[in-house]
Amino acid sequence: MTVMKKKLNKTTKSNLITYAMVVIVYIIVQLLVSGGAVSSLMKGLLVPLCVYSILAVSLNLTVGILGELSLGHAGFMCIGAFTSATFSKLTNGVIQPAGFRFFLAILVGAVFAGIFGLLIGIPVLRLKGDYLAIVTLAFGEIIKNIVNVIYLGRDSHGIHFSIKDAASLGMDADGEMIIKGPQGITGTPTDSTFTIGIVLILVTLFIVLNLVHSRSGRAIMAIRDNRIAAESVGINITKYKLMAFSISAALAGVAGVLYAHNLSTLTALPKNFGYNMSIMILVFVVLGGIGNIRGSIIAAVLLTMLPELLRGLNDFRMLIYAIVLIATMIITNNEKIMNTIRRFLPKKQAQPVKEETK
Amino acid sequence: MQFISYLINGISLGSVYAIIALGYTMVYGIAKMLNFAHGDIIMVGSYVVYIAVSSLGLNPILSVVISAIVCLVLGVVIEKVAYKPLRHASKLAVLITAIGVSYFLQNVALLIFGANTKSFTSVVPAVSLKLGSLTITAETIVTIAACVIIMICLTLFINKTKAGHAMQAVSEDQDAAQLMGINVNATISLTFAIGSALAAVAGVLLCSAYPSLTPYTGAMPGIKAFVAAVFGGIGSIPGALIGGILLGVIEILSKAYISSQLSDAIVFGVLIVVLVVKPTGILGKVIQEKV
Amino acid sequence: MAMLEVKNLGISFGGLRAVDGLDMTIEKGELYGLIGPNGAGKTTAFNMLTGVYKPTDGVIKLDGEDITGKSTIEINKAGIARTFQNIRLFSELSVLDNVKVGLHNHYKYSTIAGILRLPAYRKAEKEMDAKAMELLKVFNLQDEWDYKASNLPYGKQRKLEIARALATEPKLLLLDEPAAGMNPNETGELMDTIQFVCKNFDMTVLLIEHDMKLVSGICQKLTVLNFGQVLAQGKTSDVLNDPKVIKAYLGE
Repeated sequence: MTVMKKKLNKTTKSNLITYAMVVIVYIIVQLLVSGGAVSSLMKGLLVPLCVYSILAVSLNLTVGILGELSLGHAGFMCIGAFTSATFSKLTNGVIQPAGFRFFLAILVGAVFAGIFGLLIGIPVLRLKGDYLAIVTLAFGEIIKNIVNVIYLGRDSHGIHFSIKDAASLGMDADGEMIIKGPQGITGTPTDSTFTIGIVLILVTLFIVLNLVHSRSGRAIMAIRDNRIAAESVGINITKYKLMAFSISAALAGVAGVLYAHNLSTLTALPKNFGYNMSIMILVFVVLGGIGNIRGSIIAAVLLTMLPELLRGLNDFRMLIYAIVLIATMIITNNEKIMNTIRRFLPKKQAQPVKEETK
Repeated sequence: MQFISYLINGISLGSVYAIIALGYTMVYGIAKMLNFAHGDIIMVGSYVVYIAVSSLGLNPILSVVISAIVCLVLGVVIEKVAYKPLRHASKLAVLITAIGVSYFLQNVALLIFGANTKSFTSVVPAVSLKLGSLTITAETIVTIAACVIIMICLTLFINKTKAGHAMQAVSEDQDAAQLMGINVNATISLTFAIGSALAAVAGVLLCSAYPSLTPYTGAMPGIKAFVAAVFGGIGSIPGALIGGILLGVIEILSKAYISSQLSDAIVFGVLIVVLVVKPTGILGKVIQEKV
Repeated sequence: MAMLEVKNLGISFGGLRAVDGLDMTIEKGELYGLIGPNGAGKTTAFNMLTGVYKPTDGVIKLDGEDITGKSTIEINKAGIARTFQNIRLFSELSVLDNVKVGLHNHYKYSTIAGILRLPAYRKAEKEMDAKAMELLKVFNLQDEWDYKASNLPYGKQRKLEIARALATEPKLLLLDEPAAGMNPNETGELMDTIQFVCKNFDMTVLLIEHDMKLVSGICQKLTVLNFGQVLAQGKTSDVLNDPKVIKAYLGE
């Protein structure tokens, strides 16, 4: 079975490159930061970059590996963010040390987002293609809307909940507001650091890459490639679709936890948890290459940096971003241009294709 | 009485959604793509009327015609420049391009007009009809009438004219239509032209009823109209009408009776229920995969 | 006991009676052919046998077990595997992984074990690799094990589909036009392979085919369908010489 070894080495090598890439970037950034070469603006971007990377990798599990177009990924991020921030507010100072509390918060965010992924997945995954896309978008918007009407408070009598307003919580004077409707959550402990972000990226990669190369991952990809054939060899379609969708949601929840604990004020706006965010993540996935996990991270980082790097051009930066999007799609889908570009690139080991012997 | 007034408002808003949804549905039927930029055409159309009426002082009806022509050209140009090169590319690539076009239009508008809200002057005279305690504004009447007229004209156009038949053929099977001697490119351009001109009209009607105009004005109505199209069964013209009206009515009634903050959630919730019960929308065709 | 027993099987699509009153008995180890003109209902019959369509009436028994109206997955677990008229491979997966998907229900470990790379994962994967390679060798595909399935030439794609079906360890193998699109050399090779599979895997095979050379060469018994109904049934040589069959194929 020497051939088999070769193949295993190939995937292991590719995975190691991905992990190494993340670690090397981390080391370089840390060196730059300690050397004082990073502007405070860029420093502020470090955790968001980790958030977007995790989101992109997790969405790629749904779009690239499972092959279903989801436009509601930000909704799962939103659930992770709000459940974990609530947890942190409730347990801040109660659970010690803070690091352990944050670890639990990450689990809380992942589990809640995962459960919602499962619950939403059951009706949604029966649909196909564009219908599935619009329903995931709808769910994302519903989540964002509902979060905006939740009021949660705590006083000596316990926890109070309302979807009307703060007054109807009927709290004691000493009560503390936790979720304040559209004003969201304030005073979440800012536990997120770049280092934790990198660790979470590595964990996400570990889960997704190992899943893809396992029995369940093969079943998921088999469903993507040919649902009818997968059924005919005894693959439980619903089970594996739900598995991929809820793992993807749980990981988006983790990104939400990281996001929530990076800000002192957490609100659910169209900008951060609306369909625009879901679309932005989808752009990372598509530009990084559908099903290409490493590409998702690279695209997330580059495309997040791009508008920042263009900050000098101020008003024109989003316009340039739009043009870059359109141009990339047209160029990468044009055979003639791609062939010309390939000529200038180092030759890749092509898949051997034997001619049919006649 | 209150209820009937809400209902009429709902039908009026729904008529706007229906007109936008028509564009979505036609483009989807023919190009099999989700044209995310469709909502932003509404915004462009509204700005054109805004300039024509407020700055140039043109006659409102003339302004609407100019706006429709500008959007028609814009729609055709967008199709030629951005979508046509991707006709054989993956669906996702086309979707991302459409998103790019949407960002592009929003940001061009942002550069020209700034982020400040412009207050739109209604193109319809501020008169209203009183029936007892019920007041119906001229805008409402004009909007509903426009929707009905457009629907009738479009149905006649598609079923009675050669170009309309070509559209049906191209949406059924592009390759076969080409083999039958139909000019596929021209037919697709025509579809984008009609859809975009309708978006301009819808934009004007929308901004006459809700007179605040920003570069992002079109995005949410665009998404909702898309929901309406899916609701009624995407690709179906009567479906767009039914979906649009239903959506408008549900939105206004839930704003009035349940919660204004949750109205969008309710609208989307109804969509989910409809699709789960009938996965291709109310009037959608069921296509079975052949084994 | 018969491996497959079909009694009075029928299905209607709206007013159209696609298959009507199909009776068929296949003994264990038999190589059985289902033939008939285009549109006779052969693939529809396959789709009922594999649970893609629910029959309107009739009974299907596999090795004595009633499987009528069960789902595709249940039927596969009960022991029927199939190939498709228009090839349905997992096109983006490697040749080896296509077969390993077929082994899915026979080598199990949990998703957690897979993600954490626990010993259960390593053991099962190793066994799956070995078993899959063994199957690929039968079809002479072992050298192409790491090709993307869609990069295989057409004839080999058909073989890979059979290998994948066999990986599910079926009692009965259904082949839907296995020789479609093959040249005479490839067809000859395929005939040998099917016979080899029958003998060495102790397999019962039911196949749909238009290639009369293949049908007369390897099938022991035939059922001829015409307009959804059985036109003739029995030993291959008898059926092929039946004037009714000749008329159905060649016209008046």
